[in-house]
Parts: sequence; structure tokens; C-alpha cells
Amino acid sequence: MDKFTTITGVAAPMPLVNIDTDMIIPKQFLKTIKRSGLGVNLFDEMRYTQDGKENPDFVLNKPAYRKSEILIAGDNFGCGSSREHAPWALLDFGIRSIISTSFADIFYSNCFKNGILPIVLKPEEVAVLMKDAEKGENARITVDLESQTVTSADGEVFHFEVDAFKKRCLLEGLDDIGLTMEKASAIDAYEKAAAVERPWV
Amino acid sequence: MSPKTLYDKIWDAHVAHQADDGTCLLYIDRHLVHEVTSPQAFEGLRLTGRKVRAPDKTIAVPDHNVPTTWDREKGIDNEESRIQVEALDQNAKETGIHYYPVSDIRQGIVHIVGPEQGWTLPGMTVVCGDSHTATHGAFGALAHGIGTSEVEHVLATQTLIQKKSKNMKVEITGHLRPGVTAKDITLSVIGKTGTAGGTGYVIEYMGSAIEDLSMEGRMTVCNMAIEGGARAGLIAPDQKTFDYVQGRPHAPKGAQWEAALAWWKTLKSDPDAHWDKVVTLRGEDIAPVVTWGTSPEDVLPIDATVPDPSSFTGGKVEAAQRALDYMGLKPGQKLQDIQIDTVFIGSCTNGRIEDLRAAAEIVKGRKIKEGMRAMVVPGSGLVRLQAEEEGLADIFKEAGFEWRLAGCSMCLAMNPDQLSPGERCAATSNRNFEGRQGRGGRTHLMSPAMAAAAAVTGHLTDVRELS
Repeated sequence: MDKFTTITGVAAPMPLVNIDTDMIIPKQFLKTIKRSGLGVNLFDEMRYTQDGKENPDFVLNKPAYRKSEILIAGDNFGCGSSREHAPWALLDFGIRSIISTSFADIFYSNCFKNGILPIVLKPEEVAVLMKDAEKGENARITVDLESQTVTSADGEVFHFEVDAFKKRCLLEGLDDIGLTMEKASAIDAYEKAAAVERPWV
Repeated sequence: MSPKTLYDKIWDAHVAHQADDGTCLLYIDRHLVHEVTSPQAFEGLRLTGRKVRAPDKTIAVPDHNVPTTWDREKGIDNEESRIQVEALDQNAKETGIHYYPVSDIRQGIVHIVGPEQGWTLPGMTVVCGDSHTATHGAFGALAHGIGTSEVEHVLATQTLIQKKSKNMKVEITGHLRPGVTAKDITLSVIGKTGTAGGTGYVIEYMGSAIEDLSMEGRMTVCNMAIEGGARAGLIAPDQKTFDYVQGRPHAPKGAQWEAALAWWKTLKSDPDAHWDKVVTLRGEDIAPVVTWGTSPEDVLPIDATVPDPSSFTGGKVEAAQRALDYMGLKPGQKLQDIQIDTVFIGSCTNGRIEDLRAAAEIVKGRKIKEGMRAMVVPGSGLVRLQAEEEGLADIFKEAGFEWRLAGCSMCLAMNPDQLSPGERCAATSNRNFEGRQGRGGRTHLMSPAMAAAAAVTGHLTDVRELS
């Protein structure tokens, strides 16, 4: 997993609420047995017309946002299915951070497993950043994980919360399976005790 | 000892390790696996030289991609779908996990097969790379969906890294009126709380209207906890739960049954337990409902009209307008005037025997509307056999329904069962998102009885006027 430290750039505005994982990556692209290559189909049904051409009105097709690494999104981003193909597609496109007022639970944790930082801010803070994003190339914002801050184009600084363990894994690009396996003796001990208490499991 | 909720009790019984910052390793009793969200996880194990830690607690079944037509023995035409199912065949074989291949009569939707085979038991932790894992909460099991990286984590360690969620109580008091079902309960709750209302919570459903429900109905309620944003939905186990579980292939037997039962009977929230959020609905106030938009929170009673987007606030105004454009509806239009092209009865929400009985009761002695495409897709091979033995399949076929083999089918349209652009479907599944059942397809969610009524009349219909 790539480390996440800080990003500065033009953020893409997606003010729609309840952007679900079927919108992020439609089911016909879940048939892959790989993690890579999904970026071209990110937001497929919004991004391309029925005949496969780019929809010029869709935000990520506009010149200013074609290389955005940050998304500013409406409430409850990532609701719906548990498909990790959603963060895989976002990452493959180049998105490293998403800012919203709220995220669906499974999507939120899937992001951290893939080096993407989802950031929850207050509605009025998201509104400032959404305005910045709408200005396109004239407004660059900065996300800094170490200091847990987002800085608007005008230099306003917003603080965000992030779980300390998730932060460390992201900053250092750690493999959490490896970290858990270091605790194998605790898992062994639990299994032994549980086999006595609930032998039917 | 401080009073605890059911969630607190199951959580406490499964913490294998707790770090100073409160991060826990939660031990997983049952790991269910399907073909769409697992290939990258097995590949990850291979690349790192890791093994499946507990193959005997891991159960796999292909469901999303499998054709549900009667010629499926000839194989899967779509190459990518076939490769995905073959990858699961191979991964199951290599790792020695329990497996129900497409050819097995017990194959079906993973959330129907788990309970049916007795893998899901009260007090367990159950995960699956699928958001509708919440279904298993109907047994008083802590069950939730996970991503593929977490699937890999559970395969390798039989644990998940978790922080505890908050406790939410959803109480349905009184009793349901005739024609109102578990589906109407769960949709009405989401209509009230919104799709993000449960984010950060585990919901426990309780109250007399919940106690009245069969296990099938309880599974329908918990199945859609995720649609309300909750990590999981739970219902405390009772005699109905124990009766459903007893005698199933993987349920405990003899002395172990007695020991299990003694513990299961303690699995209920203490009377003075703390709830971070409480939602209460009167059972008598719940009507048969349908969805009108593209989010499961877009719920209204069948006798209502399509809402005006300007009646909403905030970002929902734009979302509602977009939903009406997508759905091809106008504000003020009566929901019962909406014409339907297709009816889909099935899915992990409503593909169990009781659902098929409820639909058959409406359909019996009637024909589906001319030109209507209607299909019933049983949730598992065993549900299909039972429905055939009970004569339900004949009722559906005589009415003009297609009678299919088990799978996820048109719920998410990964197999050939899809809607065309503009095609309007009355569906018993769980998501009405844009494109969910096929690009441009328009989905209205409802109960099996309501879907059956729409099949007969050709438009959204109040089932109470038919039965």
C-alpha cells in the first residue's frame, strides 16, 4: 500500500448526496479477479454516454479535474455494497482523498486498506471546499494527514479526526494482516478458551 | 456489573485482543465467501505465502454470477463471470474450506444458505464480503459486511481489526395490520431514519411486532439494516429462533445443543441497558410501502403520490429531482398509477420460502398482466425444492411467471437477468440505485405480496385491495 502524507491540488466537486458504490463502479466491472485497471470505469454510467463516449458535463471529464487527486462529495458518500472495487477504481483513477460530511461505514474502512484518506468535516467546512473545488484550476487545497488538517484555497485550516491506528497504517503504508499476525499468540489463546466455553461453534 | 445490550454481550465474548487505544481484534466464528469479493483475497494469501487459518469456519458458495436459467449446467457464457466462479471452485479446493458448488442442490444466495445449513447460530460473529451479511443478525448473531482486504484479513487471521460501534434501538410496538409485512417494516424504518441514519451504529430491532415475525421475516428486517447505514442489525434469539435452528445440518446436537441453548437464552439486552439512539414506530402505523426514487430512503405508503423535490431540504432537493428524472416520474403522480414492465421476486431480502408463499397467495388463480415479464428466483436450491413440493412453483408458472434456479439474479444483474434502459421493475430486492438492475433500469422496492399484486394488475397496487 502506498503511504499517504500530504496532497496539494485541484479538488473535483461532486455535491450529489448518497453517491453509492453502484455509481462509483457498476456491477459489470466487478467480474475482474484483479485489483487494478478499474480507473477507466470509475463512475462509468455518469462519465460515459450509452454509446461509450465521454459525457463532457461530468466533472472528471472536464479539463480542470481530469487529474484530480481529491474529491469533495455530498453526504453519505460510498453507501451501498461492500465492494472494494469502489476504492480500487478511485485509486486507479488517481483519487487519494475524499472529503464529505459523512461516509458509509464499509466504504470508509475499505479506503484505509488502499491508501485512500476519507475525511469527515462539518457541513459548513465542506461547503467552503466545495466552492474552492468549483473554481477549478484557480483554487488548490491541501490535505495533510500528519497534522490532520485540510487547508482551503484562501488558507483557512480545518481540523479532522482520524483513528490513530488507521492514521499510522496510512502514514507508514503498513500491511495490517502482518500486524495482526504478530498477535497470533493472543488469537491462539482466545481459540483455546472459546473451545471450552462454546464448543459447538 | 453494568447493564449491557445484546451487541455488547456478543462483542465482549469475541474480543481476542485489545490495544491501549481501544482497537480490538474481534474473533470471527463464521466467514462466508462468494465469488465476487474473494478472488483478490485468495490471491493476496498466495502472494504473501499465508494460509487460511480456519478452513472449517469458512463457507463458500457462488451466487452473484450464476445463471438462474434451467440450462445452466451447460456452463456460464460470459467469460469473466465463468472465470470468477471457476476461481472460487479452485480456491475452495486448494484451501479445504466448506463449499457448495453450482451443481450442489444446496447452492444458493450465501445469506440464505448460511442459516439454512445451520452455519449461522445465535451469539456468533459472522462476516462476509457482502453488505447484506446483516441478514444473519436475525439469529442474534453479530453479522456484517466487509471489503476484500478484510476478507483476506479474516482468511489469514480469523479476526478483524475493529472499534466498537454505538448502540441503536429500533422498537416496533403493537402489531402489523393485514397486508403489511417485514419488508414494510424495514423500508419504513429506513424511510424514517434515512440511509445514513444508522451510520456508526449496530441496530437491535425489538418490540412486539418484531417478536411476531417468523425467522424469514426477521431476516428480511435485518438484511436491510445496511440500507439504513448501520454496521449490523440484531434481533434477540427466542423460541422461534431455537426451533428454526434445531436439527439443521451444522447446528449443535445432544449435550452440545443443551449447552448452547443455555447460553443463547442469556442473549438479550438488559432492561436498563444504555442506547445511544432510539427510534420507535407503531406497528399499526406501518402501511404497505414502495420506493419511488433511487435511494432506499425514498419510501412512501402505496396510497401516496410522488413527492415534489422542493418539499425536501439541503442536498436532497437536487437528489430527489435527479431521482424523478431517472425514474421518469412527475410530482403529484399517484404511486398506484405507475405502470410496471417487469416483476422480480427473489434476492437475499425476500427469496425464502415464506416470501414465495406470500407471493403465491396473491397470484393463485390469477394471471400476470399481458406483456408483463415476471420471474421468481428462489434463494437456494432447497427453497426451490420446497416451493415445488408445496405446489407454489405450479401456481407461479400457471400465472405466467418464469420459475428459475437459485442465485442473486436480477437483484444486481451480474448474471444475464437485467433490465433494459427505461424498463420499470417491481422488485423484492434491496436497492433501487441508478443502474442497479441494469443501466437505465427503474426499480421500485416492495414486499413479495406487493410485487405479486403488481404482476397481476400491471401497475403498482395496494395488495390489501387484492387479497
